[in-house]
Amino acid sequence: MYKILKREELNPTVTRFVVEAPAVARKAEAGQFIILRVDEKGERIPLTIADFDRAAGTVTVIAQVVGGTTEKLNHVPEGGYIADFVGPLGKPSELTGLKKVAVIGGGVGCAIALPTAKKLHALGAEVHSIIGFRNKDLVILEEDFAACSDKLSVLTDDGSYGKKGLVTDELRSLIESGEKYDEVIAIGPVIMMKFVCKLTKEFGVKTVVSMNPIMVDGTGMCGGCRLLVGGQTKFACVDGPEFDGHQVDFDSAMRSGGKFRPHEKENREKVCNLFKKEVR
Amino acid sequence: MFDPKVKHPMPTRDPKIRARDFLPVELGYDEETAVEEAKRCLNCKNKPCTGGCPVRIDIPAFIAKVAARDFDGAYEIINASSSLPAVCGRVCPQETQCESKCVRGIKGEPVAIGRLERFVADYHLNKPEKPVPKIEKNGVKVAIVGAGSAGLTCAGDLAKKGYEVTVFEALHKAGGVMTYGIPEFRLPKSIVSAEIENLSRLGVKIETNVVIGKTLTIEDLKEDGYKAIFIGSGAGLPKFLHIKGEELNGVFSANEFLTRINLMRAYEPDADTPIWRGNKVAVIGGGNVAMDAARSAMRLGAEKVYVVYRRSEEELPARREEVAHAKEEGVEFHLLTDPTEILDDGNYNVAGLRCVEMQLGEADASGRRRPFVKPDSEFVLEADTVIVSIGTAPNPLIKNATPELAVTDWGGIVVDEDLGTNLDGVYAGGDATSGAATVIMAMGAGKRAADSIDRYLNR
Repeated sequence: MYKILKREELNPTVTRFVVEAPAVARKAEAGQFIILRVDEKGERIPLTIADFDRAAGTVTVIAQVVGGTTEKLNHVPEGGYIADFVGPLGKPSELTGLKKVAVIGGGVGCAIALPTAKKLHALGAEVHSIIGFRNKDLVILEEDFAACSDKLSVLTDDGSYGKKGLVTDELRSLIESGEKYDEVIAIGPVIMMKFVCKLTKEFGVKTVVSMNPIMVDGTGMCGGCRLLVGGQTKFACVDGPEFDGHQVDFDSAMRSGGKFRPHEKENREKVCNLFKKEVR
Repeated sequence: MFDPKVKHPMPTRDPKIRARDFLPVELGYDEETAVEEAKRCLNCKNKPCTGGCPVRIDIPAFIAKVAARDFDGAYEIINASSSLPAVCGRVCPQETQCESKCVRGIKGEPVAIGRLERFVADYHLNKPEKPVPKIEKNGVKVAIVGAGSAGLTCAGDLAKKGYEVTVFEALHKAGGVMTYGIPEFRLPKSIVSAEIENLSRLGVKIETNVVIGKTLTIEDLKEDGYKAIFIGSGAGLPKFLHIKGEELNGVFSANEFLTRINLMRAYEPDADTPIWRGNKVAVIGGGNVAMDAARSAMRLGAEKVYVVYRRSEEELPARREEVAHAKEEGVEFHLLTDPTEILDDGNYNVAGLRCVEMQLGEADASGRRRPFVKPDSEFVLEADTVIVSIGTAPNPLIKNATPELAVTDWGGIVVDEDLGTNLDGVYAGGDATSGAATVIMAMGAGKRAADSIDRYLNR
């Protein structure tokens, strides 16, 4: 059992959890992920490590409620326990040697982009962060990004907060205004990463993306997380989760990400009903 | 009266009923049948059957105890050599091991050694109280990587010798393939848990959720005071065909399909893990894992389940018994058939499997006749689900984290005859060194490694 030491709602559907997991904290690096299971009937879901504190033995993850499992997780109170928490899995981000980087986060993807921005900042790189959300209510981690970025742009699709527009619009205007990046790191919805890569390919800027496909074990065993990268089958869990964005087949990734969507929706409703019953 | 030339048949459930649920197919011998079957044993002096057993169980001795109705005595004899008898009695390929050497088999059927082993092990598991064995601990720490057949056997043997054994398991549950791979209807998970509990009684500690190579490295284990290490990390990495359409929705590795079912219990109504219920399911491959996948797909409600295998029935690597069970349950076999493409229905779902027919030519290096394509034989097998079951490769996590560990070009850990790796005090065995094999072969390796580790620590 793994204790939730701290729980903080970042917006109505996104929550930050600080989990007591000293063994994971000891080895965790930016870019890696963990797999957790809420309870004995639970499924295994991957979540990227949002932060870690080796001394305190804690690992932070940020989860958005999308299906039954994240709904269940969202109901675990501070001081409560989850059944399993294993990691760190996947390869760490390769950040050394980068001098100037644009870090792009979309929605809850910002949670994953943040440790990368922080690490780059700590390594002395110039960090331009571009974070985008659907609307004002969904904006998360703005202060955290401000603390580790030399330049920060916040965007919303509807203009209710920050600049109106998409992260790709902002990246284009930065590049066109003469900013030269060694690398762009884009983490968010697959569709966002696809369009960021389309743009950076045009300008010839190397781009790294973090993929979050469906997984079961997270150790290379199930092959459920396979992606087409440069025409080859890769497993996100052991070969990634970060890949050269110009090699990733985003269209197939988008379609396979939805294979269990009807189940996810149904299971979430089931869990919601369960909690409503208990509240009554 | 029964014919002494044949085995007492194994009582099994009606194929029509069992093909739609996950309850055990085989029901096991009752006491009378076991005793009668045991009496068929000729008690040969040179014990050829024991020679065919990878863990060298004294088979005639345990069978004599069964014949004398001393089932506890029989269990003690088996348990002296095997840590997981209830598992082996169910999933060992006895027909190519112990039973293939049985003198009774020369004129008729061999003694049903596997069924008798299962009977004795189940008898023991069903006893309400089991004594805690008294073992003098020697205080020497040994780490085992992977709680599968090889690791658990090695752990059990070392614990019996007095070592302080800790098993590190990457998943949330111990058992390896016995837990995530082999389905409930062939190997009930309660049996696996009970066998693992027996190991806990010997003092074996199991730490789940620890991925060696990630959470801890081999180097960390040495620093934490483990004097020897056994790597039994298995061959968990699924192979794919690399044909067009393999990324479509509805295509699964057998590992993923079976893990969802067995480890995650996805077929139970209260499980959170989703499962894909195909209507027309094509399973590619002909091994035991392919049979497990096909029979599981049937149990999830499929209308049609096909096994697609490129050689003929004779070359099917699966146990005859499993093939027979699959056929009884309605699984159809497309033999001498090779898939060339998985078809897209236009919405990124599987629409079918394009195949060609094969013919067999000369024997290849593996001794099996090499298949080649029959001209103009292309056809499409209608399917909405494809399960790829063409084998697995050793998991690379430990190799990647331990660059100094010697591995073969296909990723298997290199070991000497004592199962020692090129690293001092580090041993390996099971599928991690051999590639995918069987539970009993892995157990045999775990056992040998335990002896080697004991010698190493007393050198």
